[in-house]
Amino acid sequence: MENLKIELLRALEENARYSIPVLSKMLQTDEATIKQLIKTLREENIILKYTALVDWSKVEKHEEKVFALIDVKVQPKRGVGFDEIAERIYRYNEVQSVYLMSGAYDLSVMVEGKSMHEIAMFVSEKLSTLDSVLSTATHFMLKKYKHDGTVFEKVKEDKRIVVTP
Amino acid sequence: MNSSYLSDYVQKIPPSGIRKFFDLAATIDGVISLGVGEPDFVTPWHAREACINSLEEGYTAYTPNAGLLELRNEISDYLYRRFNVSYHPTNEIIVTVGGSQALDITLRTILNPGDEVLVIEPCFVSYAPLIDLCGGISVRVSTSPENGFKITPEQLETAITPKTKAVMLCSPNNPTGTFLNKNDLEALSKVIIQHDLLVLSDEIYAELTYDEEFTSIASISGMRERTFLISGFSKGFAMTGWRLGYVCAPKDFISPMLKIHQYTIMCAPTMSQFAAIESLKHGENEVGEMIHSYRRRRNFFVESLNEIGLPCHNPGGAFYVFPSIRNTGLTSEEFAENLLLKQKVAVVPGSVFGKSGEGYIRCSYASSMEALQEALKRMKNFLYTLQ
Ligand SMILES: Cc1ncc(COP(=O)(O)O)c(C=O)c1O
Repeated sequence: MENLKIELLRALEENARYSIPVLSKMLQTDEATIKQLIKTLREENIILKYTALVDWSKVEKHEEKVFALIDVKVQPKRGVGFDEIAERIYRYNEVQSVYLMSGAYDLSVMVEGKSMHEIAMFVSEKLSTLDSVLSTATHFMLKKYKHDGTVFEKVKEDKRIVVTP
Repeated sequence: MNSSYLSDYVQKIPPSGIRKFFDLAATIDGVISLGVGEPDFVTPWHAREACINSLEEGYTAYTPNAGLLELRNEISDYLYRRFNVSYHPTNEIIVTVGGSQALDITLRTILNPGDEVLVIEPCFVSYAPLIDLCGGISVRVSTSPENGFKITPEQLETAITPKTKAVMLCSPNNPTGTFLNKNDLEALSKVIIQHDLLVLSDEIYAELTYDEEFTSIASISGMRERTFLISGFSKGFAMTGWRLGYVCAPKDFISPMLKIHQYTIMCAPTMSQFAAIESLKHGENEVGEMIHSYRRRRNFFVESLNEIGLPCHNPGGAFYVFPSIRNTGLTSEEFAENLLLKQKVAVVPGSVFGKSGEGYIRCSYASSMEALQEALKRMKNFLYTLQ
């Protein structure tokens, strides 16, 4: 069962749109079991959501979006460590992701905004004014090449010849 | 030109049935191909990069005949680590131009005209022609679908004559995907030892097994001394175009074999050898991911084929499924040709892999899930039009 769970998660991570009948065949398990397992994984919040990975740069006339990766140094608190301040930060809607990092700074925060100005305002007015935040360094993202293991731009083509031994 | 200029050996070889199919498929647009005998993965980047680095550093000269010692060391370690067989890197391994060349030089090393070699069909298309080119006689042994095309000790025994010199085994098999486990191999080994035969063990798909651990026949007691372990990087490491393989055998076989190798090839391509070193050193994770991906597709594809009315056994390895098309009343060639023309799905007729392949088609599931699903839809339509 543990193995099945992992195999199912691997398959869904590859393509969340595999149907129950397809998954059932792939994992050699009946449809009812697969259905139940997915339900459990959702309830346990192991599967958090199903999304599409979009290359927005190819979509004309969509709202401009700006991303920035912000290195944040913070003062951890006794008893709660970094968790409390991380939670304060991730509550903002602008914040896309928050990671605790080893090395020169503590939290890596990805922020989304409509313009560089909007992000600058968020950093100066909200982020840096939080009590535990000691310093920030903001890096604007210029171009996405690869995200979650998927390469942007390139169309995958099969370079093999049609029939081989 | 007068055909009397040609050698009898080459004239005796029938033209490749696969080639004919390729020519036809190549003229049609929008074909979904299940006819490809190679991985759909591009060689992992770290291996490609190692090749690029070797070129940048100027490693463009010949290597020793048997291949770079570092590569032979890695092959030796790998075979011991993965399959518990040990071959000495300095005198029991030759790096070859694919498993193909390993097969060729092995046969040329052991065969005299008239020697018989047992070929277990359905099998890879090169075996019989390579034997014929040495003046040997390929004795075809048919396997049957009832036990998933596994060769049995009895079938083997029946085919052996005083002229039999060697047996060619291939597990996991192309085109059936059939996998021989340790018990199967032990049973076959008894017969082989009893008749004092040699074995060419084509282990090119050894990495790609999905239900049971792979066993090399060389690891079975009494077999190492009579086994030529033939393998390569094409399938398991997704390196078909690099043309790199190897043959391992006791040193008394390797040193005469090296004579043929050095006079015909000199050495395998240097840049490919550098990539292969990297694959063996750091390829485990990527290979593991490929295996997971193949297993899911195999499970899906086998079940789906059975569902649409193309019955097949569940193959234990490689990336082929070998469904029966008997109940359509067509020959495998007619089936494949019509499927290609009417629904633009390319498969390979089972008959090209030997007489016992008639009534079957080889489908490779080394294609994207999208392609497999679309191909199944088209095949279902095709079967419907036959009714
Ligand atoms: C069973 C078998 N043996 C050997 C080979 C030859 O592979 P390579 O020469 O690429 O190593 C193939 C390739 O299709 C194969 O299927």
